[in-house]
Amino acid sequence: MNSAPGPLLAGLTARARAAAHARAPACPCGAATLADRPDGTVVRHADTVAKAHPLDATPAELTSRLTLAARHPGILLPPLDPTPVDLHGRLVTFWPYGTPVDPDAPDAAPWEAAAVLLARLHRSPAPKDLPVMRGPAKAARAVARLRAAGPHPAVASVLRAWASLPPWARAEAPMPHTGTLCHGDLHLGQLVRHPSDDGPWLLIDVDDLGVGVPAWDLARPAAWYACGLLPPGAWTRFLTAYREAGGPAVPAEGDPWPALDVPARALTAQTAARAVAKAVAAGRPLDEVEQSVVDACDRMATVPPQLVQEHAK
Amino acid sequence: MQCPKCRAPMHTYNRNGVQIEQCSGCRGIFLDYGELESLTRLEAQWSQAAPPPPPAPQAYPAPPAPAWGAPHGGHGHHGHHGHHRHKSFGHMLFSS
Repeated sequence: MNSAPGPLLAGLTARARAAAHARAPACPCGAATLADRPDGTVVRHADTVAKAHPLDATPAELTSRLTLAARHPGILLPPLDPTPVDLHGRLVTFWPYGTPVDPDAPDAAPWEAAAVLLARLHRSPAPKDLPVMRGPAKAARAVARLRAAGPHPAVASVLRAWASLPPWARAEAPMPHTGTLCHGDLHLGQLVRHPSDDGPWLLIDVDDLGVGVPAWDLARPAAWYACGLLPPGAWTRFLTAYREAGGPAVPAEGDPWPALDVPARALTAQTAARAVAKAVAAGRPLDEVEQSVVDACDRMATVPPQLVQEHAK
Repeated sequence: MQCPKCRAPMHTYNRNGVQIEQCSGCRGIFLDYGELESLTRLEAQWSQAAPPPPPAPQAYPAPPAPAWGAPHGGHGHHGHHGHHRHKSFGHMLFSS
């Protein structure tokens, strides 16, 4: 993976320091690079975080996403300033620091809080100028990278599952429903407590936020459950909390799978595509978890999405 | 083969050496000639060899899963979540 070029990381670190010192002149200077990836470089300086957004982010779209986050401080972490600045050709934003989910304790994951935040987001009115949610576009990009990764026995399985999806889920046609606010990339790294340590949980990362099919936001946990990875108890907690909070992505009662099926298939294919591409690049075999996602792709090819919907009660 | 009830494809699973076809659509199960007897025999051996097992702890019924879900439908949690598996899944929980 390409990390940020030196001047960007150095500049971003300096900007984070300056923004932090503007908020708290007596700064203990606890600086750290939180993430350095092509899709976003994030550095922390004390209580301030600076993020360089992906190269393809546009000022107008990012500004409307930031404005939305600023308007819903009980759902999304609000930015320090809703206008991005330019740094070495990248758009940069500043945020208060929040405590993430402990990666070493995924069993302590705040499934209920995540579900309630999503239900609230999905029930919030969508502004007219908001771009579409980028979930399908990200899945399509992962599959494009898989095609370019080189030969691997699992590539055909993932591509067959991908080909069975309707065009909207592959970002080849408009989404069937664009009236609902969606996060677009929910996983456990997208939740922080703010104020840090004991504040309420909030959603972060507005890069894929937009209007679209809200079931996409439930589809990653749904896919993990379907692949036999997420225990049924955790999935039930998440789904029940979402329904009790009035989330509109699935019916309030009964089988949620007619609504979840297509997005969960797409996210399973996306996860498998990323896993296989990484394994090819590293020249290593798939591990057991990665193989279980590829196996799910194999099974998908034998059950078309429409058939599953017909069988729903 | 196709399910005689709903026409969805059937998948083969192995239970204690007995091949079982399960429908990917309605989850119905098809047994070949002699397979039911094999299962009954295995069950009889099991109950002779050991006291009946306690009922599996189940706080709530397993939630529905899609037809393409894992063979255990995500219901199985019987010790196959080893440390390695857990670590790799832990990483997946935090990735786009």
